[in-house]
Amino acid sequence: MFTFILKRLAIAIPTLLLLIVISFLLMHSAPGGPFTAERELPPQVLANLNAKYGLDQPLWRQITTYVWGIVAHFDFGPSFVYKDRTVNQIIAQGFPITLTYGLISFAVAVIFGVSLGVAAAIRHNSLLDYIAVGVSIGAQVLPNFVMAPILVLIFTLWLGVLPGGGWQGPEYWIMPVIALSTSFMASIARITRSSMLEVLTSNHIRTARAKGLPERRVILRHALKPALLPVISYLGPAFVAMITGSVVVDIYFSTGGIGKAFVDSALNRDYAVMMGVTILVGALTIFFTLVVDILYGWIDPKIRY
Amino acid sequence: MVATTENSVATKAVAKGRSPWADARRRFWRNKAAMMGLFILIAVAAFAIFGGWAAQWSNEELDYNVMGQIAELGGPSFANGHYFGTDDLGRDLFARTVQGTQISLAVGVIGAIIACVVGTLYGATAGYFGGRIDGIMMRTVDILMAVPYMFVLILLLVMYGRSITILFVGIGLISWMEMSRIVRGQTLSLKGREYVEAARATGVSAPLIILRHIVPNLAGVIAVYATLLVPLMILTESFISFLGLGVQEPMTSLGALISEGAGTIAYGTTWQLGFPLLFFCLTLFGFFFVGDGLRDALDPKDR
Amino acid sequence: MKMKKLLATSAIAISLAFQAHAAAVPDGVTLADDQTYTFWLLDAIKSMDPQINTDVEGSDVLRNLFEGLYNEDGNGELIPGVAIDHTVSDDGLTYTFNLRDTAKWSNGDHVTANDFVYAWRRLADPATASEYAWYMELMQVENASAVVAGDMPTDQLGITALDDHTLEVKITTPLPYFPQMLVHASTFPVPQKTIEANGDNWTQAGTLVGNGAYTLTEHQLGERVVMEKNDTYWASTNTVMTQLTALTINDGNQALTRYLAGELDRVDIPAGQYPRLKEEYPDQATSTPYNCSYIYMLNVGEKGPEALKDVRVRQALAYAIDRDVIVDRILQGGQKAAYNWTHWAIADFERPQSEWADEMDQAQRIEKAKKLMIEAGYGPDKPLELRLQYNTSDDHKKIAIAASQMLKAIGVNIVLDNYEWKIHTDRMQNQDFDMARYAWCGDYNEASTYLDLMTSYSGHNNGEFFNDAYDKVMADSKTAADPQPLYQQAETILTEEMPIIPLYHYANVDMIAADIKGLPQNNVNNTWYGKDMYRVAE
Repeated sequence: MFTFILKRLAIAIPTLLLLIVISFLLMHSAPGGPFTAERELPPQVLANLNAKYGLDQPLWRQITTYVWGIVAHFDFGPSFVYKDRTVNQIIAQGFPITLTYGLISFAVAVIFGVSLGVAAAIRHNSLLDYIAVGVSIGAQVLPNFVMAPILVLIFTLWLGVLPGGGWQGPEYWIMPVIALSTSFMASIARITRSSMLEVLTSNHIRTARAKGLPERRVILRHALKPALLPVISYLGPAFVAMITGSVVVDIYFSTGGIGKAFVDSALNRDYAVMMGVTILVGALTIFFTLVVDILYGWIDPKIRY
Repeated sequence: MVATTENSVATKAVAKGRSPWADARRRFWRNKAAMMGLFILIAVAAFAIFGGWAAQWSNEELDYNVMGQIAELGGPSFANGHYFGTDDLGRDLFARTVQGTQISLAVGVIGAIIACVVGTLYGATAGYFGGRIDGIMMRTVDILMAVPYMFVLILLLVMYGRSITILFVGIGLISWMEMSRIVRGQTLSLKGREYVEAARATGVSAPLIILRHIVPNLAGVIAVYATLLVPLMILTESFISFLGLGVQEPMTSLGALISEGAGTIAYGTTWQLGFPLLFFCLTLFGFFFVGDGLRDALDPKDR
Repeated sequence: MKMKKLLATSAIAISLAFQAHAAAVPDGVTLADDQTYTFWLLDAIKSMDPQINTDVEGSDVLRNLFEGLYNEDGNGELIPGVAIDHTVSDDGLTYTFNLRDTAKWSNGDHVTANDFVYAWRRLADPATASEYAWYMELMQVENASAVVAGDMPTDQLGITALDDHTLEVKITTPLPYFPQMLVHASTFPVPQKTIEANGDNWTQAGTLVGNGAYTLTEHQLGERVVMEKNDTYWASTNTVMTQLTALTINDGNQALTRYLAGELDRVDIPAGQYPRLKEEYPDQATSTPYNCSYIYMLNVGEKGPEALKDVRVRQALAYAIDRDVIVDRILQGGQKAAYNWTHWAIADFERPQSEWADEMDQAQRIEKAKKLMIEAGYGPDKPLELRLQYNTSDDHKKIAIAASQMLKAIGVNIVLDNYEWKIHTDRMQNQDFDMARYAWCGDYNEASTYLDLMTSYSGHNNGEFFNDAYDKVMADSKTAADPQPLYQQAETILTEEMPIIPLYHYANVDMIAADIKGLPQNNVNNTWYGKDMYRVAE
């Protein structure tokens, strides 16, 4: 297990380097620099801007300086567009927000999704099962950019019970979490249901039942763990999709999160912020995949690293 | 860590030796949900292909009679030929939904094909050769998996402008890695089979063996995976359209139509959201049901 | 004598306005207990540094955190800011401003003439690398160009502190509208000590020191900006609003929903919604002229398409687009159809008569357009293909789609190209376009802010319309006693040559809460100040 983790971490480093290089080259090969202004800048001003941000250096030097800044000082440099902020400051402000609603959404999706899936599987072919399947299929195909404005319409304009956006306290978390978690909850419910159904008909559950164990114990002790395996392998892709979904949440609920910061930085050619966020998300993905793998191994002892 | 991300589709869908296709077909035909899904898909495809003939307007003409008073006059109506109403500019929503469905289906299908072709060839090659090559190829996949592709795709579309090619290829390339892992796993188990051994013994070249003997035997897995991939591609496209980075006007996609409709949902023009969303959901349902049905059909373990 | 007249009026206005400065609450009005104002920002504020900011939204915030030499009132007239008044030398080249001695920074320090000297030098200094450094050149401040180019040290810039409360500015050509230009945020003073102590970070909430009526208490990037009443402001006793909050909402429709839910006091109305809202909320929906014009710029330069070098084609394109459809059916917010470049509400400006604007109706224009196309050698069997480029926005998209359909009617096939703002701008600056959406918002309330743009030496003339007669007219207008006839001549040249296709003149189309008072009603630049506002009890 320990060597496995080490191995994965060893892969993480070239991965991040690759990410940096890819995004760096992409950015620099594109038309329109960060200082494209409505009025063409005087050459001297442009030269100064370029010098200030190191853009006058050869490309390889820019990359090495950049990487060195991160490795040595954990410094992602100044933002090109939000000129009175550094990338570190922008991430420090936006990331905790995204992390907060992201983690809550994740927890909500897993807890409710698994419960719904298990309940539907136990009462296979009952009304509850049909409702669960219907709702989860519906929720799975409804894009969150459709759900978000509908939520605001209902809870903010009509009922007037929730603030329509912003990030000032727990009541501001509710709608982002609903918008972000629903489709994942639906997917998890479907996956749990079908794998639970499969497990419930397997031999070892039949044995457990035959032994006369109470049904509750059968489900929780014997069936749940193996049934969760496909759910866990879904968590990796779900995590990545959730980061994408955070862009919609940020746009509709003005949370000030990191998803919007990324889209803005791409549109504004804010090289530094864009790379900072990309690296952050890449690192998170690696970390999360690792956690999922460990979890998987823990639940399924058959897996050897 | 081999097995972690190869989801259950892969391990279950290995076709067994004896005439598996006939069995699978029979199981598929008997699956009500799958049949319904298939029916929906055929209907949606027919709508996309033939709908244009029923439209009384093109997808770009402005109807000056309703323009400017969409909420009052732009609703669905047979009298003025706008069966689904009009969009904010007075363009016929029926014609636009037809054309949007075409694009969305195309993005989904082409994206899935690209993902499958690249993923299958890559995975089969890695699995067939095994050893060092396999190790390097699969570690590369591990590395590439950590790249936030949605970000890269957004970047590409922002940098080089909206382009159908980038959209199709980009969306396809997001998903080939998952595919390659599944295929590799399958290939590992196939390459020890007698017919592969026999082919190798008679001196058939490696690329030929992969294409002639390995890939055809993966058809079941690929079919299931591809069917389930299409709706994901369509969802991805809709997200890109939401960001305004989708196809160039006057072309549209279901995602773009939905995103426009969702924006104006409070202004009394709900048909602008309703009709495209209906077709969007139907399409996704169809693919999900058919995909699930295929998986069940090709997976005898369940019976 | 335009210049003299303006000076005279501004001198009078200044003395009159002195007492009326700050929120003018009429007698008999009961103020609400809650004196807070919440307004909408489409995007995050990019910088709170007056010399770095380039955005209109940023300027709205900066005007409350800082105060320049002059402010504007609700009618766009100048009223004193840090400067009480000024005198001008006979040649019109030297301005001497008398600064009030009661003006203070929010840390208690006095605002002195040196703060302005520091700020202006900072703006021009190439080391600051301000994207608005050219504003110093636009103001014709002595040596500005050389300083901006780095050829001269910043202390050679034509601004001097004669003493703590007397500021002298030297300019190179007489500029009748020079005082108007001082309302611009990039000329605001900044606190040297704070900047030197904190570097680029000086604009953070808590660190930022300003001399405006409000101080920055919170700035969550992309979420909100909160400003509280500043008690060290020289007229703080007249400030009624105690708190200003700006909420960032990236989606205009969403912003309107939240306004209707009572979360905002002011929001822009999305295209097409004004008539409905006006009917439903007559006391809240407003539309006032706004100092910007919307055009399609044609690339008539070397890299442009051959067809656009033919003036008949350019005219045909302009004639074929039905502006009434754009303003009445698409935007529907009180914008005005444009048949010329300068915004109709600009002070003293009157559009010259022209055939296509005043004598023809749209059917006739389309007929004419078709005829012109045939004369130019195009027709049903030889359609013209052009690309129309616009930057991302729902409104630009709608207008471009409509325009492409209208042009189809005269046999022009338009391919739409949507780009992000930066790329759009970059392509325009590289003459990599056929037709491109463009809008210009006047920096001040005078026609030259528009007309200068189309001179061959302008930094914005991306379509490369080089016309000697036009250049001469504009050069003459700088020294003319009455420039208005020359402005009309310039407009006539534009109508004849049609290097740009005017589409419409902007309006500010807003929902404003009924109990909010003191927002400008008659100011084409929509320059508003929190200190002038108050909320009445219902």
